[in-house]
Amino acid sequence: MKKSTLISLTLIMTVLAVWEMACRFFEVPDFILPAPVQIVTVVLVQAPIILPHAAVTALEIILGIFLSLLVALPLATVMFVRPSIGKALSPFLVVSQAIPVFALAPLLVIWLGYGIASKVLMAAIIIFFPITVSLLEGYRDCGDEYVMFFRLMGAGFWDALRLLYWPWALPFFFAGLKVGVTVATIGAVIGEWVGAQMGLGYLMIQANARLKVDMVFAAILWLSVMGLSLWAFVGFLEKKIITWK
Amino acid sequence: MLEVSNLTKSFSDLTVLDGFDLKVKRGRFTTLVGASGCGKSTFFDVLTGVVPRDAGDIVWMGEDVPNLGKKAAYMQQKDLLLPWLSLIDNALLPARIAKRDNGAREKGLSLFNRLGLDGFEDYLPRKVSGGMRQRCALVRTLMFEHDLVLLDEPLSALDAITRRSLQSLLLLLQSEFNKTILMITHDVEEALLLADEVLVLRAFPMTVCESFVLDTPKPRRGDDPDILKIKEHILQVLESEHLNGSASFENRDSESGVGDIL
Repeated sequence: MKKSTLISLTLIMTVLAVWEMACRFFEVPDFILPAPVQIVTVVLVQAPIILPHAAVTALEIILGIFLSLLVALPLATVMFVRPSIGKALSPFLVVSQAIPVFALAPLLVIWLGYGIASKVLMAAIIIFFPITVSLLEGYRDCGDEYVMFFRLMGAGFWDALRLLYWPWALPFFFAGLKVGVTVATIGAVIGEWVGAQMGLGYLMIQANARLKVDMVFAAILWLSVMGLSLWAFVGFLEKKIITWK
Repeated sequence: MLEVSNLTKSFSDLTVLDGFDLKVKRGRFTTLVGASGCGKSTFFDVLTGVVPRDAGDIVWMGEDVPNLGKKAAYMQQKDLLLPWLSLIDNALLPARIAKRDNGAREKGLSLFNRLGLDGFEDYLPRKVSGGMRQRCALVRTLMFEHDLVLLDEPLSALDAITRRSLQSLLLLLQSEFNKTILMITHDVEEALLLADEVLVLRAFPMTVCESFVLDTPKPRRGDDPDILKIKEHILQVLESEHLNGSASFENRDSESGVGDIL
């Protein structure tokens, strides 16, 4: 086991142990702060209830990632190839992130309904920004000598994009994607809080209203696992694809 | 034959080229030797069209051309290999971009064999030495299939032993593939060992202050008395040019007031 993994595990176990002992020692009621063992018990015992909600949230996040990629990849490329378009679009890009997602969520639910569409769009809005900005930065980082060399070889735009710019920008793209997938859960859950019939966000709101704080923690645990898994999967893809680093 | 006449290029108030003339016969190996900053690389940039010229003509094989960008293969000090492509894919890049698939791979593989890169075709550039990377860049230069090759200090970043072996390969490039080579180098001995003609350059604006035609057969030896004699002479010329250049720079600075401030 790696030293860093060992340190992380030790840290987590220590926090959980202190938390568990504090709950028992001070006899904290479950509706205020449930102990870790209680939360894990809920995760396991209530799995038939939690899993369908987790599946819906996972689907929203995955579709959100795909949608954001569908927008971010061409957008970053166009902004790079046509700097005038890039400059014109930059303010809109910033505004899309400056408006709090909490403010957008009710509108999206009104426009797109209580189904998954509004949540997918919420997740996509959050994810597409780091991907677009990182990819654009990656394209711009491409070495001048290489660009000149491609020009001397008579390379056209598509050749240069395929053989030079895109591979050059890949590490940047993955850095943006890693950030994007970890914050993707925020978009989906906020959407579910505002109005949904399924999903971990919906489950949290329902459980909270009934003072079932252990269920809220169980949903948070699931969201953390999802975020971590996505982050690890992107890291795995990055290692598989970027073999030259 | 490459004929450059009256080539002019200025950057704001600095005239790098002012009516520069050059003639290179087909199949000849010509080296340009000059102090750092005398305008050699700018000359190549103008030749290849990387930088637009202010005035002048470039004639290649009797044809007046805007630049040599698509007429010449270009190799620089930096190998410019793409780190994500294998050595063979890097070497085949010019053929791939030019959509020349017919026999390109076979030619590339055969050149790999000739240049001692056999068995390293699928290696990524970071896995091999600087010398091997430069040899791969040399194969890529040959894959351009242009008669004219422009070399901008291609060996200057290499150690002495690798450098010597690559010098032999450059000679092979000329003799076996009958390329016309124009090479920039700082290394006077390298110029004398490889070239049919050595042009010694003066800066601001860049002009040929001396030229030496070398008819002795190749490969030549660095300790050959004739080579040593010319080398010594060129070094003296370069040294005096360097001193003059420094003096003229100091004058420019004091005229502009920069010298006072510094």
